[in-house]
Amino acid sequence: MKSIKIKADNLNVYYGEKQALFDVSMYMEEKQVTALIGPSGCGKSTFIRCLNRMNDVIDICKVQGKIEIDGNDIYAPDMQVEQLRERVGMVFQKPNPFPKSIFENVAYGPRIHGIAEHKSDLEEIVVTSLKKAALFDEVKDRLYDAGTGLSGGQQQRLCIARAISVNPDIILMDEPCSALDPIATARIEELMGDLKTEYTIIIVTHSMQQAARVSSRTGFFHLGKLVEVDKTETIFSNPSDQRTQDYITGRFG
Amino acid sequence: MTDRIEQRINSLNKRLNSEKRFRIYCIGAMSFALAWVLILFLNIFSSGYSAFYRTVIQVDVPFLNLIEDTTQFSEMSSEDINNLSMYSFSKKAIYRLFPDIEEKKDKKMLIRLFSIEFEQEIREFLKSNKSNINETETIYLTASDDVDQVNKGNYPRDLDEDKRRIKDIQLLFFDDLVDRGLVSYEFNLPFLMRGDSREPELAGVGGSIVGSLFTILVVLILSFPIGIFAAIYLEEFAPKNKVTDFIEININNLAAVPSIVFGLLGLGIILNTFGLPRSTPLVGGIVLSLMTLPTIIIATRASLRAVPPSIREGALAVGATKMQAVMHHVVPVAMPGALTGTIIGLAQALGETAPLLLIGMVAFVVDVPQTPLDASASLPVQVYLWSESAERGYVEKTSATIMMLLGFLILMNLAAVLIRRKFETKW
Repeated sequence: MKSIKIKADNLNVYYGEKQALFDVSMYMEEKQVTALIGPSGCGKSTFIRCLNRMNDVIDICKVQGKIEIDGNDIYAPDMQVEQLRERVGMVFQKPNPFPKSIFENVAYGPRIHGIAEHKSDLEEIVVTSLKKAALFDEVKDRLYDAGTGLSGGQQQRLCIARAISVNPDIILMDEPCSALDPIATARIEELMGDLKTEYTIIIVTHSMQQAARVSSRTGFFHLGKLVEVDKTETIFSNPSDQRTQDYITGRFG
Repeated sequence: MTDRIEQRINSLNKRLNSEKRFRIYCIGAMSFALAWVLILFLNIFSSGYSAFYRTVIQVDVPFLNLIEDTTQFSEMSSEDINNLSMYSFSKKAIYRLFPDIEEKKDKKMLIRLFSIEFEQEIREFLKSNKSNINETETIYLTASDDVDQVNKGNYPRDLDEDKRRIKDIQLLFFDDLVDRGLVSYEFNLPFLMRGDSREPELAGVGGSIVGSLFTILVVLILSFPIGIFAAIYLEEFAPKNKVTDFIEININNLAAVPSIVFGLLGLGIILNTFGLPRSTPLVGGIVLSLMTLPTIIIATRASLRAVPPSIREGALAVGATKMQAVMHHVVPVAMPGALTGTIIGLAQALGETAPLLLIGMVAFVVDVPQTPLDASASLPVQVYLWSESAERGYVEKTSATIMMLLGFLILMNLAAVLIRRKFETKW
């Protein structure tokens, strides 16, 4: 068994009066892909956004319970959220490159964190990140063109490059392929296979096939509760809960 | 079956006809509005364009009568020239146009063909050409307003003599001068350079243009940063609660407050309590800033709100602080909209009159202001001042001032459109 990277313990999340997550406890292994599946509104996006505290942006959102990354409580009062997000990168559902050049998109993170001291260091980081995101060959001649001018799949890989530019341990992906066509999706999935040698990846997906293809462990959410989490093969071949069985066989969701 | 088809066709024709009617209404409404704008422009232009040129009369000035040797002028300082007594000399130079006139009364009439500052004009000529003065120099002297208007054809010559300011004998002189080819037009540069004057032919918009520019500068310096920062705070950082709702409602109310109220505020607080100098662009700018701020805040907030939240999330997710996300990514995208709002607010301020009347920018100011702390008029106030004057020269100058004002407004709005086009983010 791999070592545990993230551990959530009795996590409850409220949006105002409404409770979105109920007592979620699970762990995620280092340098593995963990998939979170479930019908719309089941809380899987809420859960993933707790892991880099993106929910802090929402005023009415309240988080109870504990999330530990490498044994450190990320909701501890002395945890700085900017530092946390440097270690836990995120890729969103809709590609959201900054309306700046491709270079600037990737260079932004290293620049604000002061990772690169010289311009040459920065260039190296940009090139490496783009290479890791399997985008470099397509854009190497137009690094200073607008990032928003790329195709949807390229934009999403640019966002992945942006996420890995600050050298995080963990990459969160919130339905990264839902706005992409099957070919672009296949490229991103392939990329995830490469990235998991270096990064711990958590992916939220609507596609059960995708979860089955890319992940080693899968968690199934339903109505704000974590119904079941297990090895991916087990979830898809021999789930222990009836609701999981119904969902993966397409009876609801 | 055919019945049903016929019914459909009938109903379709009805719908198409009603669409046609609707289009006609729309085009009619638009044409009506456009026609009024056109009439307004034509009216202003046709009565104002003549203010941009002026009548001058050519006079030969025998400088040898003033001094024994004209080369001596080059050794005189400007002050020396100012101390020269030139009044009767200048008058004599003008009399030379009609050497036969004997009567004092007629001579006076001849002098009145010229602007009251003829002596000053000759002196200025002397000052700027002092190293190079011949025995006799031809100088173009400004004609008086009455002559100017007669020459431009704005003056009804067939009125009874006692009903017009220009007398028969002056008309005789004038016609003779025209026949001798001594009367001509030139571009009215002094109109653009000088301040106000009691003499219509000498009055210029230079003072009020500079006054307006200083005022707008003060408005820009004050309201742009304050407006942008207030908008950023309200939109991005302020907690959403009753207090911010209350502030928001009041900013919208402030935008609807009649401008004269801001003038009263300026009078009561800025002039009387803080004691800032009356009639100055500084105070005018402060008062107009209060009026412009809500416009800028509302426009900036709208363009901040139009920036997709995904951009903020993208920046936060790589570890940017809230301020970095806003300043690096949201504000640049919202800037064209904010600038457009600012320019439109400035254009409003440029055309505003009422508050300026209350803080004393309605004073008669002859000098072109050098700093925002000098008393000055502004373009719209100048229009107001001149529109009350009876002389014909002021009528055309009123329209010409409106033309300048409209010109500035059109330029500013054009700038707003260009900025939006050029810097708009393409997604």
